[in-house]
Amino acid sequence: MGDMNLIGSAVKRREDYRFLTGAGTYTDDVQIDRQSYAYFVRSPHAHATIKRIGKDKALKAPGVLAVFTGEDLAAGKVAGLPCGWLITGVDGQPMKEPAHPPLAQGKVRHVGDQVAVVIAETYLQAKDAAELLEVDYDVLPAVVDVADARKKGGPAVHDIAPDNTCYVWALGDKSAVDKAFASAHHVTRLDFVNNRLVPNAVEPRAALASYNRADDSYTLYVASQNPHVERLLMTAFVLGLPEHKVRVIAPDVGGGFGSKIYLYAEDVVVTWASKQINRPVKWTAERSESFLSDAHGRDHLTHAELALDKDGKFLAMRVQTTASMGAYLSTFASCIPTILYATLLAGQYTTPLIYCEVTAVFTNTTPVDAYRGAGRPEATYVVERLVETAAREMKLDPAEIRRRNFIRQFPYQTPVALLYDTGNYEATLSAAMDLADVAGFAGRRRQAAERGKLRGLGYAAYIEACGIAPSNVAGSLGARAGLFEAGEVRVHPTGKVTVFTGSHSHGQGHETTFAQVVASRLGIPIDDVDIVHGDTGRVLFGMGTYGSRSLAVGGTAILKAVDKVIAKGKKIAAHLMEAAETDVEFADGVFKVAGTDKQVPFAQVALTAYVPHNYPLDKLEPGLNENAFYDPTNFTFPAGTYVCEVEVDPDTGSVEIASFTAVDDFGKIINPMIVAGQVHGGLTQGIGQALLENCRYDKASGQLLTGSLLDYCMPRADNVPSFKLDTKETPCTHNPLGVKGCGEAGAIGAPAAVMNAITDALGVRDLEMPATPERVWRALEQAKMQKAA
Amino acid sequence: MPVKVSLTVNGKPVTADVEPRTLLVDFIRAQLRLTGTHVGCDTAQCGACTIHMNGAAVKCCNMLVMQAQGANLVTIEGIAAADGKLHPMQEAFREHHGLQCGFCTPGMVMSAIDLAKRHANLNEATIRAELDGNICRCTGYHNIVKAVQAGAQAMRS
Amino acid sequence: MYPFDYQRAASVADAAALLSRNPDAKLLAGGQTLVGAMKLRLAAPPQLVDLGAIADLRGIKADGGTLSIGAMTSHAEVAGSKDVKQRIPALASLASTIGDRMVRNMGTIGGSIANSDPAADYPAGVLGLGATVNTNKRKLAADQFFKGMYETALEPGEIIVSVSFPVPKRAGYAKFKNPASRYAIVGVFVCEGQGGVRVAVTGAGPSAFRVPEMEKALASKFSPDAVAGIKISSSGLNSDIHASSEYRAHLVTVMAKRAVQAALAAG
Repeated sequence: MGDMNLIGSAVKRREDYRFLTGAGTYTDDVQIDRQSYAYFVRSPHAHATIKRIGKDKALKAPGVLAVFTGEDLAAGKVAGLPCGWLITGVDGQPMKEPAHPPLAQGKVRHVGDQVAVVIAETYLQAKDAAELLEVDYDVLPAVVDVADARKKGGPAVHDIAPDNTCYVWALGDKSAVDKAFASAHHVTRLDFVNNRLVPNAVEPRAALASYNRADDSYTLYVASQNPHVERLLMTAFVLGLPEHKVRVIAPDVGGGFGSKIYLYAEDVVVTWASKQINRPVKWTAERSESFLSDAHGRDHLTHAELALDKDGKFLAMRVQTTASMGAYLSTFASCIPTILYATLLAGQYTTPLIYCEVTAVFTNTTPVDAYRGAGRPEATYVVERLVETAAREMKLDPAEIRRRNFIRQFPYQTPVALLYDTGNYEATLSAAMDLADVAGFAGRRRQAAERGKLRGLGYAAYIEACGIAPSNVAGSLGARAGLFEAGEVRVHPTGKVTVFTGSHSHGQGHETTFAQVVASRLGIPIDDVDIVHGDTGRVLFGMGTYGSRSLAVGGTAILKAVDKVIAKGKKIAAHLMEAAETDVEFADGVFKVAGTDKQVPFAQVALTAYVPHNYPLDKLEPGLNENAFYDPTNFTFPAGTYVCEVEVDPDTGSVEIASFTAVDDFGKIINPMIVAGQVHGGLTQGIGQALLENCRYDKASGQLLTGSLLDYCMPRADNVPSFKLDTKETPCTHNPLGVKGCGEAGAIGAPAAVMNAITDALGVRDLEMPATPERVWRALEQAKMQKAA
Repeated sequence: MPVKVSLTVNGKPVTADVEPRTLLVDFIRAQLRLTGTHVGCDTAQCGACTIHMNGAAVKCCNMLVMQAQGANLVTIEGIAAADGKLHPMQEAFREHHGLQCGFCTPGMVMSAIDLAKRHANLNEATIRAELDGNICRCTGYHNIVKAVQAGAQAMRS
Repeated sequence: MYPFDYQRAASVADAAALLSRNPDAKLLAGGQTLVGAMKLRLAAPPQLVDLGAIADLRGIKADGGTLSIGAMTSHAEVAGSKDVKQRIPALASLASTIGDRMVRNMGTIGGSIANSDPAADYPAGVLGLGATVNTNKRKLAADQFFKGMYETALEPGEIIVSVSFPVPKRAGYAKFKNPASRYAIVGVFVCEGQGGVRVAVTGAGPSAFRVPEMEKALASKFSPDAVAGIKISSSGLNSDIHASSEYRAHLVTVMAKRAVQAALAAG
């Protein structure tokens, strides 16, 4: 009767029907009676003092209901947007935490900074009226490049950080590392730019807030990856509203990739304004606004060194990184280039000594925060570009140098704080080499040369830390939030089940995967299980979805609740079968008395719980509804090897991904179809970073040069190949599902694999991402000139 | 000054007075409340707003409703059978996991159907080249390509 | 988008009359550029005169050595037309590289050349084939038509009716796309026809331009090698975040070679 083969099965997604028929409900699709529309007036300057804001003309425009500025919010006691992670610097001082007002107060600090909101009967009226708002600016010099942020005498983004330094933070034993470098046989040195990226989920951010005077409550529909966190931050830190009076609903959400984790100014402002005007207020970003206001990713400048002995064994690594925070600290900005970056620099290797120093700087740019991978792609890029370059310099095979340094004993304590519980890096490397037919590469390279193309091959053996945890450790490292997850399993009297999860699905397919987990554990048909997420009014609590944590943390919380249901069910079944509870076993949806043919099905136990006529009421409450919170004991450590082959057209510098092979170890896999889809998407974002995507600001004016999809290059179907995938399985040792997480791997491993392949094809030491045709062409021209000289 | 527009949407005639500056997509979403057609960008790049006008795929975010005067439009809501049975292309997307967050999906399906109708034989390269007007940030296109290939075949049989 | 007055013209004469009454009015063809610009509030015409209902402006006519394409003919129609594919396959191929399928279904040849976007494809084809732009007032040779960035020889009130292309002996188009917008970073159209060899470049300069050196070289020998060694100066060429003028200059040579190859392959 139950679906016993659900785990590991490519169950088709249950959410697909509504998406395929246009019946999904995204925030902008929601319409509430009397709703009004907000348009945000944004700074046209990168850095300026606001001298005066004149509202009168805008207020008189047709349809206008209200105009609010930073002053109005301050008068309404609206506080700034908080940062959720406190980093303590090497000087023992807390990071500089400048105020982040939802609407600018006195100063604007990046192009697109919110200056005012105009609310009107229609969106076009709000937008028309916004042009009548008079804002007088005194334009100030701006700094946009990471490299320029700390230059003496340059502009300061915030008065409290005159040198634009948010913090200088370090991890590792510097003197031991320096000593190892001093006596090393070989040192490989590289300088990297990890290019700034714009997340560009295809659904733009949106928020629709309504206020109910009758009970002083609020409802906010918002395109968010974590509605409970959004509510907590908004009520406790910004608006001072009673948390229980605010319901946050994140309905269908059209992709996140990190950008919809954060509490944004627009969400706060429409919520606050809905009470001021006593009307629902809707805001939906235009794509150009998304470019200016969604948190960006990456933007690191790094000097990295690897010390090796004569056999290619890694002795030590030394890394100096400057990371942009943008103009303000976004919700989790501070922990990305530190906790989620430096800790990953051991990679898959036994490098005994690692030192990493990170300087976080403010610039007059859109805030930077987690974007798919968040810190780990940057770390993998450093490690895997260094390793491949070292192999080339020492004339070692790049696979061989990796093998010589692989961690082979687990658990393994790295010198950068993480304890890897399990892994098998040889397995993924060998499988990837087979699947990619590395042995046949020389032949393919020759054939390419005959066609006038340059072919190259590159590896990346990545590791990531997912399911960020445990809360107490995170807390000691500066986290201002817990990192558990919550789940609730509600068994209905007929034995049907509704599961409530604090994880949020915005493409990941939780409605399917989580149902597979529950149906399989309960031995009931998957159609008897529904998954509810994304609504603080229905789900008890949640920390949301990011960092590839949903199944490892959220799934485990659900499983714990299921086990509580089963435990209670055993008590009820024992009563029904007049047996000792300890003799009752549960399997395949049936409670049995061990060694007998006595049994009751799950549905009968459920019915009994709600119709407790024959029931131990003196010992047991009626009903069958359990919840659980799960706080993991460690991160999970997905890892794998990617092999990329490229072909370069030397005439134009165009790079084609000729083949891409990914072998990942995600531990146990519940739904291989969904996992493969996650890998495909991650790889394409990683390839996008390596070849196409680059967020650029004009140095002089601070204007965003890549402010639309006409200039910011998103990967399209003709930019990527079909991928060759395989998986290896070493189950995670510390969660009951044995799962590790798969959402970010592709974006983490792909950039290094692509750039290793391109540098191999071109025969050059390094090339900056993205490897645009012009950059590749210039690199070839330069190589030609050097050869000639 | 409002102007009158008459057109057919998913087989139903519609007449309305509109502001001339109304985009076709806003008319479809806000006035007709057919919210399956999405807006993902403001420069006609992403293709989430793709519909069929007189049998041809168009980006309805990049045209005025007045340009559809007298036209016969089909949106994603008009693709499945009346009893809810999925169109073969929709079914192929489901079968091959050609969608994740679902936001680009309606436009992608509308493009895919148009593509399948125009080509007797669809290979991977053609599909990839012809999907260049639709951006998906989730799937990496791998499964979309498979779905379009399978869907096109199913449409022919 | 700002409010505007909307008029649907029933005929070219009707459109001309509307334009004469309101000199600031703009013609709406397929709208793929204009509507986009208005959406972003970069253009704010007080009145739009929609040419969409004028059937006379649509269609492709083959007449002896000339192919005549109505101004309101979509890129998709040109790309798919049997007549165009037979007589000037390079032009069909050019049309098939414009934007994406959805844009090609709406965008028109008249709209494209009237806009004279420096990165649009059609200007290369019109100039490269030595076409004639027929308006409601006169006939304009391609060499006189493109005047600069977004500038043409069209006068106020003048409406493009059709474009006549002399059928060449052979022609080819090669385009290096901007990976984001899919416009041409550089597009080169080469043609060997009645009037000799013509080489026209789009994307690289303020508007489409010819390369006499290449034309000369190809006239004496129509082969890729003939242009391989000809480098054009980068001075005055476009330079942006996607491609420097130097790189564009280099691409002109590469694309010219490929366009010749395409022309030879097509026969």
